[in-house]
Amino acid sequence: MPIKSYILIPNQNELTLLIEEVSVLEGCNVHPAENREVLVLVTETENEEKDKALLGQIEKSKHLQHISLVSGFD
Amino acid sequence: MNQEITRRAFLRNAARASAFATAACMFPGIVFAEEQERMIASLGAADIKWKKTPCRFCGVGCGLKVGVSDGKAVAVKGDPDSTVNKGLCCVKGYHSVMALYGKDRLTKPLVRKNGRLVETSMKEALDLVASKMKDTIAEHGKDAVSIYGSGQWTIPDGYVASKLFKGAIGTNNVEANARLCMASAVTGFLTSFGLDEPMGCYDDIDHADVFVLWGNNMAEMHPVLFSRILDNRLRRPVKIIHLATRTTRTSLAADKSFLFNPQTDLAIANSICYEIVKNGWVNKSFVENHCAIKEGKTNIGYGLEEHFSFTDEPKDIDFEKFEKFLEEYAPEKIEGYCGVSAKDIKYMASLYGNSNNKVMSLWCMGANQHTRGTWINNLIYNIHLLTGKISTPGNSPFSLTGQPSACGTVREVGTLTHKLPHGVVMNEEHRKHAAEIWKVPVENIPSKPTHHTVSMFRALDRGDLKFMWVQVTNPMVTMPHLNRYRNGVKKDDRFIVVSDVYPTPTTDIADVVLPSAMWIEREGMFGNSERRTQHFDQLIDPPGEAMSDTWQLIEVARRLGYEELFPWSEETHIEEIWKEYSLHHEGNKHAMAPYEELKSKPGLQWPFVEGKETKWRFHAKYDPACKGDSFDFYGKPNGKAWIWARPFEPAPEVPDKDYPFWLNTGRVLEHWHTGSMTRRVSVLHQAMPKSYAELHPEDAKALNVINGDQIKITSRRGEIVMDVSVNGRGKPTRGQVFVPFFDESLLINDLTLDAFCPISKQPDYKKCAVKIERA
Repeated sequence: MPIKSYILIPNQNELTLLIEEVSVLEGCNVHPAENREVLVLVTETENEEKDKALLGQIEKSKHLQHISLVSGFD
Repeated sequence: MNQEITRRAFLRNAARASAFATAACMFPGIVFAEEQERMIASLGAADIKWKKTPCRFCGVGCGLKVGVSDGKAVAVKGDPDSTVNKGLCCVKGYHSVMALYGKDRLTKPLVRKNGRLVETSMKEALDLVASKMKDTIAEHGKDAVSIYGSGQWTIPDGYVASKLFKGAIGTNNVEANARLCMASAVTGFLTSFGLDEPMGCYDDIDHADVFVLWGNNMAEMHPVLFSRILDNRLRRPVKIIHLATRTTRTSLAADKSFLFNPQTDLAIANSICYEIVKNGWVNKSFVENHCAIKEGKTNIGYGLEEHFSFTDEPKDIDFEKFEKFLEEYAPEKIEGYCGVSAKDIKYMASLYGNSNNKVMSLWCMGANQHTRGTWINNLIYNIHLLTGKISTPGNSPFSLTGQPSACGTVREVGTLTHKLPHGVVMNEEHRKHAAEIWKVPVENIPSKPTHHTVSMFRALDRGDLKFMWVQVTNPMVTMPHLNRYRNGVKKDDRFIVVSDVYPTPTTDIADVVLPSAMWIEREGMFGNSERRTQHFDQLIDPPGEAMSDTWQLIEVARRLGYEELFPWSEETHIEEIWKEYSLHHEGNKHAMAPYEELKSKPGLQWPFVEGKETKWRFHAKYDPACKGDSFDFYGKPNGKAWIWARPFEPAPEVPDKDYPFWLNTGRVLEHWHTGSMTRRVSVLHQAMPKSYAELHPEDAKALNVINGDQIKITSRRGEIVMDVSVNGRGKPTRGQVFVPFFDESLLINDLTLDAFCPISKQPDYKKCAVKIERA
């Protein structure tokens, strides 16, 4: 059951759209910064396969400029 | 089942915490409100009152608003009214109140009985401290007792300590850990300008076009100020140049990053001066009217010998001789040993030399923890003096500090062996001035300094000192060549008192441990890097019997028979101390803001004259103490700043065939100094749980180690086994290893060398020789 955290940077002025899109995905917990266009994402999935699928879904977001993995636990 | 839920909750927290911490490094000043809200919710706190205070941690002195509810500090936010941080916080400041509530806070005094520390009452502990001091003085003389404080002392703590030891007892055995971090900055200022502390301020960041960071990892160590630089770069064309011995997050954010070989910053600074002179970029009228040129002694040693002493002898030289001196440092002559190409040195010189650029130089431990620390400070000033880029908005050589009141307490109150609140013990007028305010006979204050920090611990090891009271610092983690000094303090007839908030390796060796009130558990003031004094009220009660360091000192002073010198009431003593202390600094050059003003504002800069702060010193346009209508370096007798001919000299211990690596030590974003507070904050601890050894990838390959493998690092003084980090947060150049010092279970200072700058007496934690083996 992988737990991972990421830093996400949205396209300019698209933070809200990115939050809306990612926060509805199952297993995603979103923590936006108050004073920067940056958000921290913590994901929790049942297995590696679902983890990969979830990441794929996030990476497809048209509002996402950059995603970077910070930590991963199992 | 429950265990699994708990474990997963823990992992979720760890994942989130590490992302918050990483974000804080990538985006200095970033704020995540949710963490704060969760803490508030978990405490069920509904009615929060927000009170101002400076941050507890670094020397930037960010203004905070602390949320208090039901007698607990439950939240923190940046103070938007503070000109220092304008509402931003770094990850340490943001979690600062959590450091108050570690599970193992010291709440009761401890006294060593039959080899074990056992609980006692505060009265018994203070009685014991006073009686031990009396007995020691009676048996061995007043110079057998000492106090070792800190740049985390509040101003009243340091003032009372100085008055008690220098004015009442009559010994100059007063030192503070700022000797280990700021002493070279002080002697740099004194030798170049005659007065301590920066002429400029943080507002310079909003005016400068070029920022040159000398061996300073600002992104991690001064993140809020670094974010101010980055914000400026977003708005206008500014350049950031990072000159360092390892690649860090600061290097990655800089426009140019130049890596130099350890110690050769001396040659690079001289080389920049050479280029400035050669290309005709000298501001001749400024130099002629406002500068004198000096040379001092050379081959000045490293302080490794017992009872080492050194006194410099400045001599006047003319500009032609200075020009001749610089010829040794032509870029082509030094590029071979300094590691920076001649082209890059010329580029840096051109940035300083361009009369259209306003330039700010910033430095901290890289320049100060240096066996030629005073010299490198002098040399950076030389560049600004040759070009006349000083004491005006945006033209600013700026020495940053590491502790919240290294400036306010250690440098301004003068809690160093040679210092008084105004001036030095060697000066009869200064002694008279202090004695008059303290209401003690001037003969009480000895005219000779005794021990600087390294010397003080050597004296304790030898037995010349018998009693030491340590407050707000952790020397059993921070002293260089720690093995020796740890063994010294453990000797039978030494008596060590430690005032602190948590158990540390220093409380472990204490005979008496006094629980201290921390930060907003008492009233006080800190003074930050830009001459700003910041007052904070007592916002919450200290736990158990914990007592402020100021009041501990007053209680002991009264037991020693000095009631008349310390007559203040518990309710108003901070205000009364401030008013007495301010008398030492009366006059346009150093006047302090009144207590009432400090109480009502986020902070005020000195000199505070006729209700106004002084942002830039030494220029008549901004500084009311100046004579004439332009520059006046009034710290020197004729108003002229000194340009110094200071050569490159090698480090005392350089890598050789037996010990082929340089060892460099330092800090990390998440932890404050030795981690005694920040390691109690779970978010910070989880983000950076233990120390590590950074290696260059090629060195790691040669040693056949990868990330997480263990290596043994050995110096001529000690050895340590720890994990390797390759291509992690920082990357040293080949032949170097970098180790953070925050981890008390991995004491890297067992390996470091206790060599120091002969002028400042500040040790060099950045350079010694080690060998590395796969463990």
